[in-house]
Amino acid sequence: MLSTSIEEARRQSEICNACRYCEGYCSVFPAIHAQRAFSDGDITQFANLCHNCRGCYYACQYTAPHEFDLNLPQALGNVRQQSWQAFAYPKVLANLFHRHAAATVLIFVVSIIAVFGLAQLLRPQGGAGFYAFISHGVMVSVFAPAFVLPLFAVALAVRAQWADAGRTPLRLSDLIAAGRLAANMKNLSGGHGDGCNYEDGDRFSQARRIAHQLTLWGFLLCFASTSAGTIMHYGFALEAPYSFFSAPKLLGVPGGIMLCAGTLWLTILKTKSDPSLGEQGVRGPQFAFLWLLFAVSATGLALYAATGTAYVEPLLTVHLASVLTLFLLLPYTKMAHGFHRFTALTIEAARQRLSAAG
Amino acid sequence: MATYAPTPIPSASPDVLVVGGGNAALCAAIRAREEGRSVLILEAAPIAYRGGNSRHTRNFRCRHEGPLGVLTGVYGDDEYFDDLIKVTGGKTDEHLARMTIETSQDCYPWMERQGVRFQPSLSGTLSLSRTNAFFLGGGKGLVNAYYRRAQDLGVDILYDAKVTHLDFDGTRIRHVDVDAAGESHRLTPTNVVVASGGFQADLDWLAEAWGPAARNFLIRGTPYNRGVVLKDLLDQRVQSVGDPTQCHAVAIDGRAPKFDGGIVTRLDCVPFSIVVNKHGQRFYDEGEDVWPKRYAIWGRLVAAQPDQVAYAIIDAKSIGLFMPSVFPPVEAETIEGLGQRLGLPGASLRETVDTFNAACQPGDFHSTTLDGLTTAHLQPAKTNWARPIIEPPFYGYMLRPGVTFTYLGLRVDETARVEGPEGPVENLWAAGEIMAGSILGQGYLAGFGMTIGTVFGRIAGSEAARYA
Repeated sequence: MLSTSIEEARRQSEICNACRYCEGYCSVFPAIHAQRAFSDGDITQFANLCHNCRGCYYACQYTAPHEFDLNLPQALGNVRQQSWQAFAYPKVLANLFHRHAAATVLIFVVSIIAVFGLAQLLRPQGGAGFYAFISHGVMVSVFAPAFVLPLFAVALAVRAQWADAGRTPLRLSDLIAAGRLAANMKNLSGGHGDGCNYEDGDRFSQARRIAHQLTLWGFLLCFASTSAGTIMHYGFALEAPYSFFSAPKLLGVPGGIMLCAGTLWLTILKTKSDPSLGEQGVRGPQFAFLWLLFAVSATGLALYAATGTAYVEPLLTVHLASVLTLFLLLPYTKMAHGFHRFTALTIEAARQRLSAAG
Repeated sequence: MATYAPTPIPSASPDVLVVGGGNAALCAAIRAREEGRSVLILEAAPIAYRGGNSRHTRNFRCRHEGPLGVLTGVYGDDEYFDDLIKVTGGKTDEHLARMTIETSQDCYPWMERQGVRFQPSLSGTLSLSRTNAFFLGGGKGLVNAYYRRAQDLGVDILYDAKVTHLDFDGTRIRHVDVDAAGESHRLTPTNVVVASGGFQADLDWLAEAWGPAARNFLIRGTPYNRGVVLKDLLDQRVQSVGDPTQCHAVAIDGRAPKFDGGIVTRLDCVPFSIVVNKHGQRFYDEGEDVWPKRYAIWGRLVAAQPDQVAYAIIDAKSIGLFMPSVFPPVEAETIEGLGQRLGLPGASLRETVDTFNAACQPGDFHSTTLDGLTTAHLQPAKTNWARPIIEPPFYGYMLRPGVTFTYLGLRVDETARVEGPEGPVENLWAAGEIMAGSILGQGYLAGFGMTIGTVFGRIAGSEAARYA
C-alpha cells in the first residue's frame, strides 16, 4: 500500500520537477527541485515536509480533468499517513488507531473506567484539592509509564524515519532551523504570507495557521504547566492545589483556553475543507484526535472552574482519562505528525546546509 | 432566423462585455468594474480550464529603474526595446511597443493590489531574474487571483460561454451572439472588449495557413483558443495585423498531449545532443547557440522534417546537464538498440553517430557557455558542445513542433480600440493575444505576451468604461 502510494507520488513529483511553478510555496518544492531522480526515502521525506497547505493544487495547470491528473497534496498525504504507520512501533497499534476513530474512543472509555476504578479502590485518607480523590502516588505510578513508554516508541519511529531518509548527519543548527519554521508555521504561510488554501477553495486564509498555532502553543503551555507543577512538587515541596498566581495556573489556564479554541476552530475548518485534497481514509480518526485534544483542555479548564464543588470528582476522572488516552496514543494518532514533520524539517535543513557547503 | 432563449445571464445588456477569460480579459474586466460599470465576462472554457493560455504562463517582462519586488538590478526602456527589436527583426509598432514597455512597471504594483503574488526566478531560470517577474504558482495562480478579485468586485462571469458572432454595422458592434448551456443568446452590451486569444487550437485553420504538416503539430496551450471571434471580426473587414500564415512553435517532447501540455513538455537537451530525423540523418547545427536563444527555431526545423518528427540522442555524460523531462527518456545500452526502441533505422543511426563521433575534436567542454567545441569536416557542423556519443547508456527523446501562439490579430490604436475598415470601431476594444501581433510581429520574448495582455487589458477596460 505504501509502495503504491510512493509510486504515484513519484510520478507526480517528476511532473513537478519539470514545471517548478510552485517553487515559492513551501519547503517541499525546493527539495524536489534539488534532485533529478527520487528514491522511496526521498518521496517519504517530501511527504513529511508537506503541510497540506494546498497552494500547489489550486495553482496547478495539470489537475484533473487534465490527463496528468495531479493532486500532490493527496499523493503526498497518502504517503505521509502510511509512512507514520510504517515507522511506528509496534505497527499493529498504529494501523489500528490511525485508521479507526472508534479505537480511540474505546481507549478513552476504558481509561475513564480505569481511572474511576483506581480512584474507588485506592481512595486516599487525606489530601487537598484533587488529591482528595486520587493520591499523588497513584497518579505518578499510572502517568509516568503512560508518558515515558509512548515517548520511547516515538523516538524509535523518528529514528526509523531518519534512517529511511538516508541518515543525513544532523547538527543543533538544523534543529534550530526547523524550530524556527515550526514556531510560526512558515509552511502554512503560502510563501507570500497570505496563508494557505483550506476552508474556502483557492482563497488564501490565515485561519488554519492561527488555529494550528493556538493548538500547538496551547498544548505546549499546558505541558509546561504540568512540568512546572512537577518541579514545584518535587523540587520545592509545594503541593497542589495552586493559587491562580502560580506558574501551573498562569501557564495552564491560557494554554487550556488556547487549546480549546484551537481544536474547536480546526474542527470547523476541517469540516469545510475538501477531503479529496488530503490523505484518504483517515478523516474520522483525525476528528477523533481533535476532539480528544479538546476534551483534555475543556475538562482541565472545567476542573479548575469547579474547584470546591461536587463536580470535581467526575471531572477529574474524565480529565485524567483524556490525558491518559492522549499520552498512550501519542505514537499512534495524528499526534505523531508533530514529531515526523519536525524531523523532516530538520533533515531538510541539514540537506540544505550540506548542499550549500558543496 | 434563430430563436433566442431567455438568458441565464444577469444582464443581457452590460455596460462592458468582455469576451475571453485569460489575463487580458480579467485585467479589462477588473478595470472597467473599478470604474463602476456593470461587467460580464464570457469565458469559452469550463471553470476547470478557465484562463486561456495565461494558465500556462509563468512570468511577465517588466521594465524597472532599480530593484523592484522580486526583480533584481535595472531593466531600462532602451534595453527592453532593443531586446524586442532583436527577436522581432523590427516587425513591431514602435509607438505601441514603447508605450507597453514604459507602462509595464506600473503593472507590477497594480497586479499585487489585485492579489497576484510574485516569487524569485525559478531554479533553472536565473538568466531571467532581472527582466522577468515570476508569478507564485505560475499563470493559474495569477488567473485565480484575478477571478477572486473580479468576483469580489461584482463582475458577472459565465463559463462554457462560446461567442459565435459580433454583429458589426461598420461603426459599432450592435449585438453579440453566444452559446451557453446548450442555448443561444443575443446580448446587447454598450461596449465590448475582445480578449479571446489566437487561433492556434484550430488545426484546420493552422493547416490552411501552414500546410497539412500542421496537423502533426502539438498545441502547447488551451484547446479553447480557436480564433472564432478573430475570424468573425476579420470576415467583417475589421483591420488585421500579423502574418496570417505564421505561428510560434518550439521543439517539445513528442510524447506530449495534443493540447495543454504546457511548460513541462519542453526539452532542453538539444545543445548536448545530435538531432536526427526519422531516417536517422542529422539536419541542423545543434550547438549553434545557447538553448534559450535557439529553442524557438527548432519548432520550425522539426516541422520541416518528414512526418514533423525528430529525435535527440545523447549519452550518459550529458543526461544531467539540462532540466529534467516530464517523461523519462528512451534508454538503451547500444546505439542500435536505442534506434530500435525509437523506431529509427539502426544502421543509419549508427553511421550518423560514428560519423559525428569521428568529427569531434579534443577540447574543454563547458555546458553553460559557448565552448567552441566544434566538429571538423562535418555537414551540418555542430559548432559547440560537440562531444562523441560513446558512453552507455544512450538516451533518446522524440521531438515534435509545439505551437505556442499565432501572430494574426486585430489592429488597435494606443487606446486598444479596434480599427475598422473606416476608422476606429466606436465600441470595440481588444487586448492580449488577439492584438499582440501589433507589437510582436515575429519571434518571441519571454514574458512579453503577459506584459502586452496586462497593459492593453487595463487600457481596454478603462476605455470601455469611460465610453459606457
